Amino acid sequence: MSRATSYRLLLVAASVLLLECLCRAGVIDHLTMQPPSEMARDLVVLLASGSMNRAMLKTLTNVVIAAALAVAFGIAFAVAIHGYRAARQGLEPLFATYYAIPVYAFYPMFIILFGLGDLPQILIGFMLAVVAVIVSTLNGLDRVSRVLMKTARIYRFGSVKTALTITLLSAAPYLLTGVKLAVAYAFIGVIGAEFIMSRTGIGYEISFAYNNFDNKIMYPLILLILIVSVAVNSALSQWEQVLMRRRSKS
Amino acid sequence: MSETHVVLRDVTRVYPAGALGRDVHALGPITLHLNKGEFFAVVGPSGCGKSTLLDLIAGLAPASAGTVEFEGRRIAGEVPDGVGVVFQEDASFPWLTVADNIAFGLREAHVDASELRNRLNHALDLMGLRDFANAYPAQLSGGMRQRVCIARTLVLRPRLILLDEPFGALDQQTRLLMGDELLRLWRDTGATVLLITHALDEAAMLADRIGVMSSRPGRILEIVETRWPRDRDSQIVSEPSFGEITGRLWRLLRGESLKALGKSAGQS
Repeated sequence: MSRATSYRLLLVAASVLLLECLCRAGVIDHLTMQPPSEMARDLVVLLASGSMNRAMLKTLTNVVIAAALAVAFGIAFAVAIHGYRAARQGLEPLFATYYAIPVYAFYPMFIILFGLGDLPQILIGFMLAVVAVIVSTLNGLDRVSRVLMKTARIYRFGSVKTALTITLLSAAPYLLTGVKLAVAYAFIGVIGAEFIMSRTGIGYEISFAYNNFDNKIMYPLILLILIVSVAVNSALSQWEQVLMRRRSKS
Repeated sequence: MSETHVVLRDVTRVYPAGALGRDVHALGPITLHLNKGEFFAVVGPSGCGKSTLLDLIAGLAPASAGTVEFEGRRIAGEVPDGVGVVFQEDASFPWLTVADNIAFGLREAHVDASELRNRLNHALDLMGLRDFANAYPAQLSGGMRQRVCIARTLVLRPRLILLDEPFGALDQQTRLLMGDELLRLWRDTGATVLLITHALDEAAMLADRIGVMSSRPGRILEIVETRWPRDRDSQIVSEPSFGEITGRLWRLLRGESLKALGKSAGQS
């Protein structure tokens, strides 16, 4: 384990310990927040009871669908516009300002158009994630060396074959950055959407527990989201590091 | 009588007007014949269009006028079958191991597994990369990465090998040794080789004939014949005629290099 990783873990452990002490000492009252140890215990109880299985399955499925769609569409779109200077000049300022738009503001429109099912929640997750994938992919494609593009021509590859065999693999570390962001944004989008436009899912359950002052449900679910998103992000980061290590000059 | 392998007839390359607002006449007109199985080098001042010439022969760029033919067929907008190119820049695929890099073209050509293994093993041995078969390019030196690229080209058994300053990034000793390897490969494969280089000694050591180019727009000023035996290596640099050849090349090039330098200085 590197020294930086050790410091990072130490900082997280110290923060959790501080929170535990503040809760136990009554500085943070029990109605406001449970001590982290109780959150962990209640999470185990909650998972063992199986009462949240449907909500978890529904949320995670929608996150996976939103992230997968964003990755597939984002990469394909970036590959398609990469070579077209006019398209990029027109679109890149829009990408740069995209995250200034509060996507959630569109939720009444999505409900009118798509109802209260999963689709509007997936759509919000997709909308939040897709531009991060496009921007990361374009960034990676810009860095593919010209000599590799010439090499593709030596092998007489067409544009699709060149993308699949050379350019996307060359840009893989940047694509992975896009995937990491897509997963994070899909979590934010789907769970946020469940708060306001759903009758199921982890977001809805957190919201319901919050409205009923049920900390034994709310905090363990928040902890669950934290654990899952950090775990997914860490796994992707590990993969990213493997790719970077292979490419970094020793 | 030698069989003609590549023919360029009155070839010119003009780059259309860019930001400067005027066309750039980069090359030609050039008329040139490469014989089958010969080692031909091209030398010339910086910016004279040497790499453009290679791109035209490889089919990577279209000629603005004139024709380029390989094995009697006109090259038109596509790299012809049987042509391999090694670039000056590192073109190894960083996501593949050395073995996978070398086997890349064979897999794409759906060469059967046993033949692929044979050619791969032969290339690994020939290029001294056996111990690094499972390494990634980033773990190798610049010279070894270039050997990977040469091996990746040679396993496809091209009939015409185009080399664009392949040793440009290497030190002098490594260049001499790589030159020996290249000569050995040329003899073993029987391919026609076109080497683009700015190093006069490299051209004099490796080539049967050397085309000397003028400053931009690049034209062939003269073709110098070295008359080396086919079975040669870097030890010919100690031959008296080696000094005569490099001296002759420099006499032909000096004025052109000064012209190229003068133009650059005037523009800057």
